[in-house]
Amino acid sequence: MLRKIRIILASIFFVGVTLLFLDFTGTLHAWLGWMAKVQLLPAVLALNLVTVAVLLLITLLVGRVYCSVICPLGVMQDIISWIHGKTKKKNRFRFGYSPAKNWLRYPILVLFIIGLALGAHSIAILIAPYSAYGRIAANLLAPLYQFGNNFFAWIAERAGSYAFYSTEVWIKSVSSLVIAAVTFVVIGFLAWKHGRTWCNTVCPVGTVLGFVSRFSIFAPVIDTEKCRNCGLCGKQCKAACINMKEHEIDYSRCVACMDCIDTCKDGAIRFACRYGKGTPVKEREPKAAETKADQGRRAFITSAVIAGTAVAAKAQEMKVDGGLAEIERAEKPERQTPLVPAGAISLKHMADHCTGCQLCISVCPNQVLRPSTSLMTLMQPEMSYERGYCRPECTRCSDICPAGAIKPVTVEEKSSIQIGHAVVNLDNCVVNTDEVSCGNCARHCPAGAIRMVRKDPENPKSLMIPTVNEERCIGCGACENLCPARPFTAIHVEGHEIHKEI
Amino acid sequence: MKNDINRREFLKRAGGAAMIMGGVAAVTGCKDSSASTETATSMEEAMTYRTNPGNGDLVSILGYGCMRWPMIKDENGKDIIDQETTNRLVDYAIEHGVNYFDTSPVYLQGQSEQATGIALKRHPRESYFIATKLSNFSNASRENSMMMYRKSFENLQTDYIDYYLLHSISGMDAFKKRYLDNGMIDFLVEERKAGRIRNLGFSFHGGNEGWDELMALHEKYHWDFVQIQLNYVDWKHANAEYLQTELDKRGIPSIIMEPLLGGRLSKVPQHIADRLKERNPHGSVASWAFRFAGTPKGVLCVLSGMTYMEHLQDNLKTYSPLVPLDDEELSFLYETADLMKKYPTIPCNDCKYCMPCPYGIDIPAILLHYNKCVNAGEVAQSIEDENYRKARRAYLVSYDRAVPKLRQADRCIGCNTCVEHCPQRIKIPQELHKISRYIENLRREK
Repeated sequence: MLRKIRIILASIFFVGVTLLFLDFTGTLHAWLGWMAKVQLLPAVLALNLVTVAVLLLITLLVGRVYCSVICPLGVMQDIISWIHGKTKKKNRFRFGYSPAKNWLRYPILVLFIIGLALGAHSIAILIAPYSAYGRIAANLLAPLYQFGNNFFAWIAERAGSYAFYSTEVWIKSVSSLVIAAVTFVVIGFLAWKHGRTWCNTVCPVGTVLGFVSRFSIFAPVIDTEKCRNCGLCGKQCKAACINMKEHEIDYSRCVACMDCIDTCKDGAIRFACRYGKGTPVKEREPKAAETKADQGRRAFITSAVIAGTAVAAKAQEMKVDGGLAEIERAEKPERQTPLVPAGAISLKHMADHCTGCQLCISVCPNQVLRPSTSLMTLMQPEMSYERGYCRPECTRCSDICPAGAIKPVTVEEKSSIQIGHAVVNLDNCVVNTDEVSCGNCARHCPAGAIRMVRKDPENPKSLMIPTVNEERCIGCGACENLCPARPFTAIHVEGHEIHKEI
Repeated sequence: MKNDINRREFLKRAGGAAMIMGGVAAVTGCKDSSASTETATSMEEAMTYRTNPGNGDLVSILGYGCMRWPMIKDENGKDIIDQETTNRLVDYAIEHGVNYFDTSPVYLQGQSEQATGIALKRHPRESYFIATKLSNFSNASRENSMMMYRKSFENLQTDYIDYYLLHSISGMDAFKKRYLDNGMIDFLVEERKAGRIRNLGFSFHGGNEGWDELMALHEKYHWDFVQIQLNYVDWKHANAEYLQTELDKRGIPSIIMEPLLGGRLSKVPQHIADRLKERNPHGSVASWAFRFAGTPKGVLCVLSGMTYMEHLQDNLKTYSPLVPLDDEELSFLYETADLMKKYPTIPCNDCKYCMPCPYGIDIPAILLHYNKCVNAGEVAQSIEDENYRKARRAYLVSYDRAVPKLRQADRCIGCNTCVEHCPQRIKIPQELHKISRYIENLRREK
């Protein structure tokens, strides 16, 4: 019964969080956005103390149900492990007790915290569970979902329906894609072979919650009187935390999946209060010999991840043409200061809070956000305007960010937050190169910051060239996106380190 | 050459004979005269023919406009004319009595003349009339104009052109720049004398003033025919009535272009379609426009750019034979025109003269999409409109489907290159900017 409830709740969370990353139309976010906000690490980074407290309390009360229900990466591992178990009966009972690898998990946790504190975010968040899953969903799953959508849009177009519209599918960052793929392969492999090894040795959230759940009030408890020592509970425990010989459960690693309760034919395991007449739990130190394999595994993960980040190639572009004048895509300009969305407050605030889950990137309807490829902010969002610009009516990234890296802003607030300013390069401007009148940047500037002035002040009939009133410019990039100059536009936006209100 | 002249003289005589027999401008089902022009025009369905008063040519009232041949993509993704289908359309048209084919060196990215030539070459030369034009828009130098003129003969694989037009002039200014100063008009008059041009005329897009200037030149150059835009909307709402009356006064036959306003008179708002259908349940919406264009007696031929076999068949049905509109039907159509004028559509006929836009904008696609939405009632005036949400979604989704993002109206920089090419004198950049503002408001839900 408890197991079924766990599975139902886990399915709801898993599907919900996954849909957050897939739904590019933005309709689900109003309903499901909270599912990202209750994730532990984002809540910590957002200083969302109530959420953190509630999660810790839940863990203290009933153990690591967070890992079994709320964490999408945990559920993903459960699914993979379960599939392996379904292949053969033998595989279902492929686990066995292994002692906790405290010498590994605590140092990793410490390094993780130091990494966050020192601003080496990009390395630390590689192993953050929610954002790791987010990257998998955003980089691997979303394109498939979008292709599917485009197929329906294709049908809808032929049926004269507006139910579906097609969306642009593009690789936003090769390095992020590689990292996501490597993460998926590594964690998937571990889950296939060893169940929850990742959660109990690498995952910093798992380690923290394990520390709390060690003292949890309710937990699966073995009734030694009923137990006939068949050992089935231990053989199916994906967390490898049931010591059958000693009739002990390592509660720091138990993810409260309730599988053992259902497996025990004799009713010897119950979910019950541990204190009172229950047995207190003994910690066991891991033996050195047993950890060799894990060390190797860990080294493999690390090296794979580092190799992944090293491959930072340019994103693939899609071809667009219809037998008219050929269109050249604008090249991405070198920005001296990166651009981050309104609500991010400053580059530092963004770097300090972002978990790199890329939810904002998945929901950006204007193809503006993409993962950063710079080493210090790797996988965190940054903006560029070759495919679209930051539309004045859109606040989706700020609405959805679970980590408080992009604080919520309203449409009105956004219109007066300066995230950067436009810079004109008149050498590229078509007014000079083609000697035509243009003014497309000024025409589309929502802030009225671009003014057209006479190229030749003496001549009243002179062509007009653009100038930027930096005080009024908010850095939305409409000018850059709609500038006809190629390959580099004649106007581009430079980011600001600290955003300000105008 | 001698042979041709003989054939031409023969045609003349045949035409003259038909005139005497008919005694009227409209000759229907002239089996005898067609029999003399070999295999063509077997005319089982009795296409209506009109006689050119100048030389007695018997011209089918339905002419084939070769500006809209079906296109396909070649292996490089480039648009090319679907020659096979074009051949089939030409065969079918000739088989059913069409004998006038109107092309230009600039149509269909410059491919039309050649494709038309290939399709027509498969039929005896004397079974059809070829019309083409001196389309020296981009470069009016004598050298370039000459080259264009000679190239037409090569493309069309012929040594005489039946109807040759000065392409799209609006008045004395354009005439002077493109035909007078470079001496081309004198040259063309000589060519007419030499028989390589059988009829010399011009196609007109412009106002009454320019028209009068060009009519004044009739004394000097003798226009054998003039091509004008005529349809039931332009009859009173533009100057078609005036133009046709002026031609009738001088006995100059007219060739009609844009009888359907580039499809705008077939793709009409639903309640207009209902109105037309109620009056004639069996006729197509387009058939009204074609009957209208063919009704004036001075009309020699009505051009239609038929891309699809269905269009060709429908037009053949309308014109085999043409039943001219009576007075009551005419006033019914004038009322219909008044109703249509209430819709704020942009008068784009999809002729694509404005293309290619140097900045990659798909101008006709944007304008046609806008018109389609206007006619379908999917253009919301304000957020208070009852159907605002539905109209918003419909417009935005269908816009992205009709026009790729990088070719949309917000990319128009207003360089004005297109403006002088538009025969409808649409202020294209202003219209595009207007549409762009409308879309911007939709996106911002204003």
